[in-house]
Amino acid sequence: MTQVQESPIEQKNYVIEVSNLVKSYKGVQAVDNVSFTIAKGHCFGLLGPNGAGKTTTIEIMEGIIKPTSGQVLYSGKAMSKDISQQIGIQFQSTALQDFLTVQETLNLFTAFYDHTLPHEQLIALCDLKDFLERDNRLLSGGQRQRLLLALALINDPEIIFLDEPTTGLDPQARRNFWQLIKNIKAQNKTVILTTHYMDEAEQLCDEVVIMDRGEIIESGTPNQLLAKHFQKVFIYLPKEQVPQALIEKNQWIIENGRVEISTKQVEETISLLIASQVPLDGLQVKSPNLDDLFLKLTGHSLRE
Amino acid sequence: MNFKRFFAVFRARNIEFFRDRSSLGWNLLFPILMLVGLSFVFSGDGKAVYKVGVVNIASVQSTFIETRYVEFIDYEDKSSATLKLEQHAIDFLVDFSDKSYWVNQGSPNSYLIEKIFIGQHTDFKRLETNGKKIRYVDWVLPGILGMNMMFSCLFGVGYVIVRYRKNSVLKRLKATPLSAFEFVSAQLVSRIFIVMFMSSVVYIGCNFFFDFYMLGSYFDLFMIAVLGAISLISLGLLVASRSKSEELIGGLLNLTSWPMMLLSGVWFSLEGAPNAVKVLADFLPLTHLVSGARKVITEGATLADISYHVMALLIMSAFSLALGSYLFSWNTDR
Repeated sequence: MTQVQESPIEQKNYVIEVSNLVKSYKGVQAVDNVSFTIAKGHCFGLLGPNGAGKTTTIEIMEGIIKPTSGQVLYSGKAMSKDISQQIGIQFQSTALQDFLTVQETLNLFTAFYDHTLPHEQLIALCDLKDFLERDNRLLSGGQRQRLLLALALINDPEIIFLDEPTTGLDPQARRNFWQLIKNIKAQNKTVILTTHYMDEAEQLCDEVVIMDRGEIIESGTPNQLLAKHFQKVFIYLPKEQVPQALIEKNQWIIENGRVEISTKQVEETISLLIASQVPLDGLQVKSPNLDDLFLKLTGHSLRE
Repeated sequence: MNFKRFFAVFRARNIEFFRDRSSLGWNLLFPILMLVGLSFVFSGDGKAVYKVGVVNIASVQSTFIETRYVEFIDYEDKSSATLKLEQHAIDFLVDFSDKSYWVNQGSPNSYLIEKIFIGQHTDFKRLETNGKKIRYVDWVLPGILGMNMMFSCLFGVGYVIVRYRKNSVLKRLKATPLSAFEFVSAQLVSRIFIVMFMSSVVYIGCNFFFDFYMLGSYFDLFMIAVLGAISLISLGLLVASRSKSEELIGGLLNLTSWPMMLLSGVWFSLEGAPNAVKVLADFLPLTHLVSGARKVITEGATLADISYHVMALLIMSAFSLALGSYLFSWNTDR
């Protein structure tokens, strides 16, 4: 678990403090004693496989679900009803009202808030101009997600919740969406993101919490976590280029037709390979990523 | 209550309804098809027995009142009896005390009874009324429109709310400052607008072809229809207040609508039904909508005359609305 003893001065910078959150459904602990803090202007990632409790946690923070116990503070104060004026939410799965166009959907949601962004700004920010007059039912996955993001941003919120925003998008659309989120971050807004894509978290998040089966199993910045758990990098070479004796002597592993060498000292290992006259064609060096970390922490990979 | 938010939801719901062409077409076509079909099926006059009104029948000494296949009905008050004659509730009216009788110019039955009557009594004064004939289609019209309103109110509100809840439209709205009251009242008002608009279009359109019988005021008819719509929509909200399954809500709405289809006097009068059925029917909003509208149309009743139905609808609406908003759930808390 992260935190908890910070000085009072630092605490003032937290826009959200979550403490000892528990949510049980009919005897199942969906969220089990979860605590963390989120600093202003950060992109905070809740990571984990499906069913880890990410969505339940984020929906308690949004005020959609009541926790069984524990509390969420916004800038040090208990959540009140008018929090909905200050936050923006993109749910994991949201149907938009049928038969309305994108423009009409923007108009509908604009009416709900006291303060809203000008539509031109939203349309430019989320790149909606090509399909403004299209019926919601006819939008592609990427267009839909952009409209949902625009709805989350419509009240110019300081805090934005994005629940698995890129699930189901093609790689191109995901990259475009990441750029949108980076643009939002650049405006010093606080973004809370859940995802089961570790590359997404590495790209976007300043800080991550990794959840599995309702509990937080690790937290920190992506780089901190990787440095803490992995001192080694991986070097890969085609199997036939490396003499069998050398493999056995160094206890290297053969996997998928490649020799996998895990090492703390890349230069030393390369020198050894050169000294042994191993050809370096096809050599790959790979740093561990959050996927490897998750596998290491839980013993199972991300269940899709 | 924030009217900007209320109006935005109201408008969005109306747009959704009028753009959904298949549903819109069905809402218009269904009652028209029913009316056309029924007017063909019941175009002949099914009544085998003639009904003759007699003023103060106890004092009458005439073999005429022993005529077979004629039902004689006693009236004390001549003016209410002539109204019945105009409305074709009876075919002929005779007052033996001042030796006069009335025929309805527009009724073939009246003509036949007159022939029988003047075979026995030649010294009676002949008087005429000019009641327009009430056909079955005139009688069944409030039933068909009421039934169509019922389906539109129950399914249009109940089904749509459950669909919104199931696919998280409600959840998305809950994440905004929109309140449950603003949302529910916008749905209610939108549906009243839609139902009254559609019913008016059907009534006015069909009136060109059928030239419906109408004794009362159109305002009173409109008001009883609005009250009926409110109570049916409230019932739909109540039924849909918690469910998130479209299959379940379909069943619940059918369970709510079919007793009304059968027992609310849409197709036939409940005059001769067992008392238990009548008591049960009294608890169904459609009964009061159809009876009230029918009295306005065929008897020229005013809202004061049908105050019983008006009160029943108001009480049912208040009950369903109160319970429905108490039970209302935005999302599907797993």
